[in-house]
Amino acid sequence: MSVLALDLLLVTALLWSGLQSLVSRNLFRSIVLFIVFGLFMALAWVRLDAPDLALTETIIGAGITGALLLNGVGQWHAKQRNKLK
Amino acid sequence: MSTALLFPLTGAALFVMGVAGLLLQPHLLRKIIAFNIMGSGIFLILVGLGQRGGSPDPVSQAMVLTGIVVSVAATGLALALARRLLDLTGKMQLPVPGEDAARDGPDA
Amino acid sequence: MRQLAVTFIIILCIAFGLLLFLVMLDLPAPHVHLAVQVNEKLAESGVIHPVTAVLLNFRGYDTLLEVVVLFVALTAMLTQAKGRNLQHITTKPCSVPMQIEVLQWLTRVVVPLAIMVAGYLLWAGAYRAGGAFQAAAVLAAASVLLRLASMLHTTGLPGPASRIGLLAGLLFFFAVAAAGTITRQQGSLLQYPDDWAGLLILFIEAGLTFSLGLILARTFLTLADDDDTRGTER
Repeated sequence: MSVLALDLLLVTALLWSGLQSLVSRNLFRSIVLFIVFGLFMALAWVRLDAPDLALTETIIGAGITGALLLNGVGQWHAKQRNKLK
Repeated sequence: MSTALLFPLTGAALFVMGVAGLLLQPHLLRKIIAFNIMGSGIFLILVGLGQRGGSPDPVSQAMVLTGIVVSVAATGLALALARRLLDLTGKMQLPVPGEDAARDGPDA
Repeated sequence: MRQLAVTFIIILCIAFGLLLFLVMLDLPAPHVHLAVQVNEKLAESGVIHPVTAVLLNFRGYDTLLEVVVLFVALTAMLTQAKGRNLQHITTKPCSVPMQIEVLQWLTRVVVPLAIMVAGYLLWAGAYRAGGAFQAAAVLAAASVLLRLASMLHTTGLPGPASRIGLLAGLLFFFAVAAAGTITRQQGSLLQYPDDWAGLLILFIEAGLTFSLGLILARTFLTLADDDDTRGTER
């Protein structure tokens, strides 16, 4: 029973962070929420008996994809600033 | 509803959310995020449905493992293209005919 | 007009989601048990961990093609970056802000640890969770850290040495596949000789870890290449 409650909590967290990262007004915020979403995905993989996927998702899904996206938003902000000047 | 289907159903919801985001969000970085969420939903469906029988299915897990790595490569390629568009046009949006794409101001 | 289109798309997506839900709730019981089949053949694969066995033995060609996909994606990315890089090469060293010294110290500690962890994951892949992909991802993450601490710089296209590095794992994998096809008349593609399977998988994984780590690292470095010029513009 408590396992089901935890699963429901995890699923809610997944859906919430996914939805927020899609609709958030602030681009930086939505990327950070996407990284959080990746970490929740890693937890979901652990619940699904897939430790390999949990490892990969933590490093790649949350870490490297997050770094790539943050880098992209940084370049975009720099462009915006240069345009304002 | 059995717990075995909980994660595949979540995956379906995430996939649909991702499709909607991909279609509706104008900013390319947001499209890339939506695309990644779509992919995560598909991976959840694959692995979740793979183990309805009770035991984890190594075949679908291995497929999804390769899928995660490919999706980061796709993200990198998409970002390189978005970057190129940013260099050329100064915007990170696809050009929309008949609509001024001046919406990138409040997005920051 | 736009409001109408948005509403239409949202309604369509919700309808599609409900359809997916209904289909999933109505699925028949699984009649193919892949896990059982994998467990039956696990003893012949040369490794104990079923996911590694599937990745590098039973469906090795999938992994082979996946590495090709990664390499092609990186090549495409480099063609996008080619013209840009040449304009932005900075020869003067960028000034290092004060707070980055802490990060550099941390990086000096963490990167050797990351390399060790990658080696462990590679070795552990034979009998528990781990393997080439995880190890390569750890290596790439280490390179991201090096880049953030501005201890690693790339300019332009990869030189001859790194080109060989990017391709080495893939070429070794191809060589094993070709050797298997030539020496075993009735064997299928990428079928390893039974006695050598474990060793061959370890070698292939080592090569893949090296090359995939380089490819993923290069992906990040290519996209992050002009941060320094941006710093000077500011």
